[in-house]
Amino acid sequence: MASDAAVAHKQDYVNFFNTKKGIMSWVWTIDHKRIGIMYMCAITFFFLLAVCLGLLIRGELMVPNAMTDGKPFLDVFSPLFGGVTGGDLYNRVLTLHGIIMIFLFIIPSIPAIFGNFFLPIMIGADDVAFPKLNLLSWYCYVLGAIVAIISVAVGGIDTGWTFYAPYSANTSANLYLPLTAAFILGWSSILTGINFVVTIHRLRVKEMGWFEMPLFCWALYATSWIQVVATPVVGITLILLMMERFMGIGIFDPAKGGDPVLFQHMFWIYSHPAVYIMILPAMGVVSEIIPVFSRKTIFGYKFIAFSSIAIALIGSLVWAHHMFTAGMAYEARVLFSLLTFFVAVPSAIKVFNWIFTMFRGSIKMDPPMVFAVIFIILFSIGGFSGLVNGALATDVHIHDTSFVVGHFHYVMFGGTGVIFFGAMLYWFPKMFGRMYNKTIINISAIMFFVGFNTLYGGMKLMGLNGMPRRYADYVVEYAQIQKISTHGSWLMVAGIFLMFGTLFYSVFKGKKAPDNPWGGATLEWTVQTPPPLLNFDEQPENIRGAYDYPEVVAEGEPKETVGV
Amino acid sequence: MSDHAHEEHHIMPIKTYILVWVALLFLTGITIGASYVNMYKFTVFTAFFIATIKVTLVLLYFMHIRYEKPLYTWMIVAVLITYGIFIGLTYADYQFRW
Repeated sequence: MASDAAVAHKQDYVNFFNTKKGIMSWVWTIDHKRIGIMYMCAITFFFLLAVCLGLLIRGELMVPNAMTDGKPFLDVFSPLFGGVTGGDLYNRVLTLHGIIMIFLFIIPSIPAIFGNFFLPIMIGADDVAFPKLNLLSWYCYVLGAIVAIISVAVGGIDTGWTFYAPYSANTSANLYLPLTAAFILGWSSILTGINFVVTIHRLRVKEMGWFEMPLFCWALYATSWIQVVATPVVGITLILLMMERFMGIGIFDPAKGGDPVLFQHMFWIYSHPAVYIMILPAMGVVSEIIPVFSRKTIFGYKFIAFSSIAIALIGSLVWAHHMFTAGMAYEARVLFSLLTFFVAVPSAIKVFNWIFTMFRGSIKMDPPMVFAVIFIILFSIGGFSGLVNGALATDVHIHDTSFVVGHFHYVMFGGTGVIFFGAMLYWFPKMFGRMYNKTIINISAIMFFVGFNTLYGGMKLMGLNGMPRRYADYVVEYAQIQKISTHGSWLMVAGIFLMFGTLFYSVFKGKKAPDNPWGGATLEWTVQTPPPLLNFDEQPENIRGAYDYPEVVAEGEPKETVGV
Repeated sequence: MSDHAHEEHHIMPIKTYILVWVALLFLTGITIGASYVNMYKFTVFTAFFIATIKVTLVLLYFMHIRYEKPLYTWMIVAVLITYGIFIGLTYADYQFRW
């Protein structure tokens, strides 16, 4: 290719890919960029695996009364799950889908991949503060993932990803391995959190103050604090659950004088902030993407920065809204319902600020921007249904229906998942030095969007009509909407695979990308593509503001591929 | 040890340690005794209250927080406040449940 020759003269620096070759140079690497790529491989693998499990669940729900009629669809796959059939198999597939998606995909996805890769570059550092700890947290992740997968092969768990007691204290399934896995994964999460906090405090270039940091760094900062503060609580909870099972102490089991609601309290003290661990980095990425593709300075920088902190603080105090029907005191329910409404405020601040950033910008609908807009739409739908869940009166009606499942997928998949794609598309040229086919990606985005709303919108509708969540069987009244929902899942998954296929192809065959294909103003676009081993040849000086678009726009339109 | 120029360490007399130890034993006794008295909703509060005093003693004397820089004190206070908020909100449930 002619374009290859055109960039040849720029290739004589040592980038982080070609500095060392061979598998061992990856196994023992302490380079944050390589660790980010390693996370990317592992996390993408688990994501696609769990997508397939989700498809199986939708397949099972395609026809009503399949279990009672003795013809469950999932039985075709029972050899893969050690010969388990029927409802047991459904419970296992459901649990596995949840555990992989939550613990292996959505919690680590954005911080571990893009945080690792870009946080140090964005603040002008050579690496994270503790590079070896960073590698250790990757190994914790892999070890936890392996233990989790083995645990399903050995003693299939059927508790759902929430491990609710007292069922989890009594089920015959082997629970030690999955709990150990969650525990190890927690370590990975904490180590990454500590690393990022210290990196942001200590390694910023001298001239970059707190309010000159890119907003992605603010989001990671807030996330890291939740990781450090909240994750130990779930560790304690899981240890108590293990003690309960090993020694029969009776902390959670009412038959022994325990309190099952205590488990839910302790579980949600972590797991509710965990949903902000999931969503905050995504919000940070949106704050990066939108100004770049609107060619405008971000609207309300400080408000977006502080709303991240506010979400982290308030989000830690609302956990019991998961438990409105669990038998809590009435006073507590009112209190937690009230507190829940406060979280909507910083979330709405962010959404309004993004829209104001786009207002009167010269918007370019490139793939990252398409996904950022999809995020705003889906997250807003999910956020509003969150108010329905958070309000005490309505929640009692829709609790444990598929409305909640729909809501959760709208905010988590439509939020974090979509921005996982968005971040991948945004930073892909910088990470791999290649460009992808934008038309194909935009087509896959449309497929995804239509399929997504058919799938999860359907879930919300049937939930409002009383379809319980987690059930494998249902009455014939829900048949039509379940069928439509399943068809939506096919379209959505086709879009996802089309996108990942295109990206995978582009890693090897894509056109060469220049240093700054989108015309971004943050520091990572000033270094070569792919970045050199130590990120910066010399300490960055006279850096411009992260959102200094008048200046960037004045420099002319960016070129998206080299030599074209 | 290295000869870093530390601020001078406060040396506490053994007597203080022993006094604190006796106080801790005494408070443990009270906790055990209190568990035999039915105080209904205040049972847990009582246990928490005594335990808080004990923790404070350990922090101040055994862990030398009393003689450290204010920074460390504030770090521990911040942790205690965080902890208090979580426990307090949980007790919004337990205190009113029955």
